[in-house]
Amino acid sequence: MTEPLLRVRDLKTYFVTEQGRGTARAVDGVSFDLYPGETLGIVGESGCGKTVTSLSILRLIPEPPGHIRPGSLIEFEGRNLLALAPPDLRAIRGNQIAMVFQEPMTSLNPVFTVGDQIAEAAIIHQRLSRKAARARAIEMLTLVGLPDPAERVDHYPHQLSGGMRQRVMIAMALVCHPKVLIADEPTTALDVTIQAQILELLERLQAELGMAVLLITHDLGVVAGQADRVVVMYAGQVVETAPTTALFDGPLHPYTEGLMAAVPRIDAPKSRLQAIPGQVPAATAWPSGCRFHPRCPHAWTKCTIEEPPLLGDGDHTARCWLVQEPGRRKRQPETE
Amino acid sequence: MTAPLLDIQNLVKHYPGRPPVRAVDGVSLTIAPGQTLGLVGESGSGKSTVGRTILRLQEPTAGRVLFEGEDVFALGTGPLRALRRRMQIVFQDPYSSLNPRMTVGRTLREPLEIHRLAPPAQMEARVTALLDEVGLDPAFAGRYPHELSGGQRQRVGIARALSVEPRFIVCDEPVSALDVSVQAQVLNLLADLQQKRRLTYLFIAHDLAVVRHIADQVAVMYLGRIVERAPAPAIYSAPRHPYTRALLSAVPEPNPRATRERIVLTGDIPSPAHPPSGCPFHPRCPHPKKNDRCRTETPALRVTSDSPAHLAACHFAEEPI
Repeated sequence: MTEPLLRVRDLKTYFVTEQGRGTARAVDGVSFDLYPGETLGIVGESGCGKTVTSLSILRLIPEPPGHIRPGSLIEFEGRNLLALAPPDLRAIRGNQIAMVFQEPMTSLNPVFTVGDQIAEAAIIHQRLSRKAARARAIEMLTLVGLPDPAERVDHYPHQLSGGMRQRVMIAMALVCHPKVLIADEPTTALDVTIQAQILELLERLQAELGMAVLLITHDLGVVAGQADRVVVMYAGQVVETAPTTALFDGPLHPYTEGLMAAVPRIDAPKSRLQAIPGQVPAATAWPSGCRFHPRCPHAWTKCTIEEPPLLGDGDHTARCWLVQEPGRRKRQPETE
Repeated sequence: MTAPLLDIQNLVKHYPGRPPVRAVDGVSLTIAPGQTLGLVGESGSGKSTVGRTILRLQEPTAGRVLFEGEDVFALGTGPLRALRRRMQIVFQDPYSSLNPRMTVGRTLREPLEIHRLAPPAQMEARVTALLDEVGLDPAFAGRYPHELSGGQRQRVGIARALSVEPRFIVCDEPVSALDVSVQAQVLNLLADLQQKRRLTYLFIAHDLAVVRHIADQVAVMYLGRIVERAPAPAIYSAPRHPYTRALLSAVPEPNPRATRERIVLTGDIPSPAHPPSGCPFHPRCPHPKKNDRCRTETPALRVTSDSPAHLAACHFAEEPI
């Protein structure tokens, strides 16, 4: 059995809220493994903690107001990233673990050329000369399929389209050939035909470079097409984890089921969608017991009191008492 | 056949510049009463500009819009204000379209006061009824936009549009800022309101899957032009324009066993300031029959199948890809 490249155990990232009135438990005990070469999808809606999870891995959480709680573990190739001294962490960040963000315009520096920004990591981490780094930048732009790379290398971000900027972001992230790429909603800001290009590009680069990808997205369609395994998050916790086909064939958690039923489908005729009633609770006041119980069509008394652990066997688990007591499942849950 | 509620004839909107930005370049559409027309396109296609221009939130460059037979672009200030009672809009981002310093109650009272739709004594009851209609508790009247979630804000935006009892609503990306579970709630609400109030919608969206769940007719825009228009089932089952086909194939399907072939278009969407010659889609078009004619001659929107309601603007719409 291969060893995981990245092990996350009981990660808790809390934020002190502005008015000091409480603590937002944005990520509240998250565990998962990322294996070499695989794509792990983390899927969830706004406020579920998926982005805070990814930022915590690279220790990019602003402190204060945020802090990662003692007892959390983020292990990369056997080293606990949370215990590393800043220079050791910098040697990993952007080098062995790199990140692509959702909004390429705000994550690129507007006053430097794209070539300079791609070259920076190669100069710092691989001690390339300026000249070699520039050649490397052009090579990377070619790799990500930017037209006229030798010319574009001297362009500024505002001179590029959204799709081209995202290609530049990917070139920047991959310049040091990282072992892990964290892609946080990499196509959410893009048009659908451009999204298709970027997803295809990520797939090709992963195959060529053999890296592991942690793909964070709200889009079940993107997950279905890209991920080998999926982690579903709700209210700061992992609520279900499974190989992608198993998850879509038979979701165990009512939240996952609800999410799948709520997605508009291009192959379904005009019809009502199944909505999940209510909304995501606030991170300062997660509900008692199972955090999904106020919105769950199957919930019974136990669910309001006792928090379920991840239940199930093997590689498909869900944080739901129904896994133990399937007889409690209601046949036709009322919608809305 | 009933007369259309809205009849858009050769609408043009160019923004000044060198060269001018041809945001909308000759769009003709009709919407029958009680129906939903889905207007689909990517960034820069001009779909939002169409929505805003027909309400005269922006002045057109050319063209005509008839609403219940009335020439919208010929109206003076007074009649235009009266018309706005019948035509409303719901915006994508309910946060920036609600006044942050006004309570929800005041936001909903304002149009009622301006159009003198309720005497002061009945105002509170009307606001409560509107909130109830969009599924919000009466207590929301005292809250400010920042206290609401995205879905709740969008419900307020819808209640505000409904307050003047319109017949027609432009829904401009009304659910694209919302999470999937909430998006479904708002789409269902719009469908319910349409049935109850006999509303007609122009539903503008970039998401073809969302449009499928609400639209009766679909028009696809690319660079300021309609490239295909048909009853919704026909667009999804038998798209004729290569752009529509690519757009449909690019929608990620929530099914890991999906075998649908993805047509990945090369290149970016050109700028509407520099639209390509001939067919605006020709530089990205994957059609095997693409030739010089596509580069020089702009294809007309024409009937391309047995159905006279199915139109496409492609010289080779009849040929398989």
